[in-house]
Amino acid sequence: MSLVSVRDVHKYFGELHVLKGIDLTINAGEVVSIIGRSGSGKSTLLRCMNGLESYEQGAIILDGMEVSTDEFQVRKLSHSVGMVFQSFNLFPHLTVGENIMLAPKLIKRVGKEEAKKLAMEVLEKVGLADKFGQYPEKLSGGQQQRVAIARSLAMKPKVLLCDEITSALDPELVGDVLKVLEQLAAEGMTLILVTHEMNFARDVGDRVVFMHQGKVHETGDAKEVLANPQTPELQQFIGAVL
Amino acid sequence: MSQFTDWDILRNLLLAARWTVLLSLIAFAGGSIVGLLLTFMRISRRRSLIWVTRIYIEIFQGTPLLMQLFIAFFGLGLLGIDVSAWTAAALALTLFSSAFLSDIWRGCVESLPKGQWEASRCLGLNYLQTMRYIILPQALRIAIPPTVGFSVQIVKGTALASIIGFVELTKAGTMLNNATFEPFKVFALVALIYFLLCYPLSRASQYLEERLNVAGKRA
Repeated sequence: MSLVSVRDVHKYFGELHVLKGIDLTINAGEVVSIIGRSGSGKSTLLRCMNGLESYEQGAIILDGMEVSTDEFQVRKLSHSVGMVFQSFNLFPHLTVGENIMLAPKLIKRVGKEEAKKLAMEVLEKVGLADKFGQYPEKLSGGQQQRVAIARSLAMKPKVLLCDEITSALDPELVGDVLKVLEQLAAEGMTLILVTHEMNFARDVGDRVVFMHQGKVHETGDAKEVLANPQTPELQQFIGAVL
Repeated sequence: MSQFTDWDILRNLLLAARWTVLLSLIAFAGGSIVGLLLTFMRISRRRSLIWVTRIYIEIFQGTPLLMQLFIAFFGLGLLGIDVSAWTAAALALTLFSSAFLSDIWRGCVESLPKGQWEASRCLGLNYLQTMRYIILPQALRIAIPPTVGFSVQIVKGTALASIIGFVELTKAGTMLNNATFEPFKVFALVALIYFLLCYPLSRASQYLEERLNVAGKRA
C-alpha cells in the first residue's frame, strides 16, 4: 500500500508551468531523494505534498488523505506528514523544549508532563537532550536543524519531507544532520528529500527521482541510477555535482 | 500688565502642561486600541476588511491633523452633535494615532520571515494559534521602539488642539503672551517643556531599539 501517491500533478506559477504532470508513488519505509537543477520543480513538488503549495491539476494522496491547501485539510495532514526546511524555521522566542512541545500540546492535546517526556525522547534521538532549555540562537546551525527535525518527529509523522535541509549549513555540520536522517531511515521512517547530497542519496536512499524541466526525467534504484544514468541530462547533472 | 512674574508664567505653563500630558495619554491609549483593531483587520485574510482599513489609513495619513480636528470640532457641531474642544481633540488625535500605529504594527507583523508561518502551518497550527503563539509575541518585540518613537508625534500633535480652544500647553502660552507681551520668554519656555516631555521618549525609543535589536540579531 503506497503512503504517498502523486498522480499527474500540474502546477503553474502564473504563466510558468513548473510541474508538468508528475507521477510518483512512495511506499512506507522508503527513502526517496529528489534531485535536479534549481528551477526543475523539485522543491515545489515537495511543498505540494503537504499543502504548502497548491496544484492546479491531478491529485496527491498522502496516508489516504487528499492533499490540498485548505487549512482544515493541512491540519489533518500534520498528523501524518512533517517537514524540515533549509532555513530551520525554529521559533526564536521559544526554547528548544517549547519549540517541540507547542504542536503536540495544541494539536494533539497532549498533557504537560507527557509533552515534556515526548520532547526529551525526540531530543535524545537527535543527540541534543541537554539543549532542552536553550534558545535556538545559542545553537549552531547543525544543532538548530536537528532541533527542527526533533520538532517534526514529536508529531509522530509517517513521512518526513526534507527540503534541502543541509544546504544552509557549514560543511563540517552537515554530517551530524545526515547521521540523524540515516538513523531515522534505519528505524523505518519514510523520508522524501530534496537534496544535493549525492553520497547520502546513494548510500542511504532507496530511490532517486531526477527532475528536469518540471518532469520526472529519470528514476529508479538509487545506486543503479547514480552509477549508470541513462539520460544525457542526468549524466550531465551528476557530472556537475560530483 | 506686568503683574506676571517669571514664576507665574512658568507655573501656569506647567499647570497647562498637565492637559497636554493627559491628552497625549488618552490619544495614545485610544489610538492603540483602535490601531490594534485596525491591525488585526489589515492582516486578516478578508479582502473587504483589508480595503476598509486601507482607506481609513490613507484618509488619516493623507490629511492634516488640523483638518481632522476642525472636522471633529466644527463638523460634528454642524451635524447637531455638541462636542467640547476636549472631546473633539481626544477623538481626532485618537483616530489620527490609530492610523499611524496600525501601519507601524502591520509592518512589524509582515517583517517576520515567511518561514515562521510555514513552519506553524506544517505543524498543524491554525491561523489564530499561529498569530497568538508565534507571530504576535515576536512582532510585539519589534514594535516597541517605533511605537514609543511615534508617541513623540502624538505629544507634539496635541499642540494643534490649542486652535480649537482647548487649553493645553500651547494655548496657555498664547494666552500668557497676550497678557505679558513677552513672546520670546513665553514660547521658549513652552518649547522647553515640550522638549522635556519628548526627549525622554525618543531616548527610550533609541535605547529599546538598540537593546531589542541586539537580542534580535542573536535570534
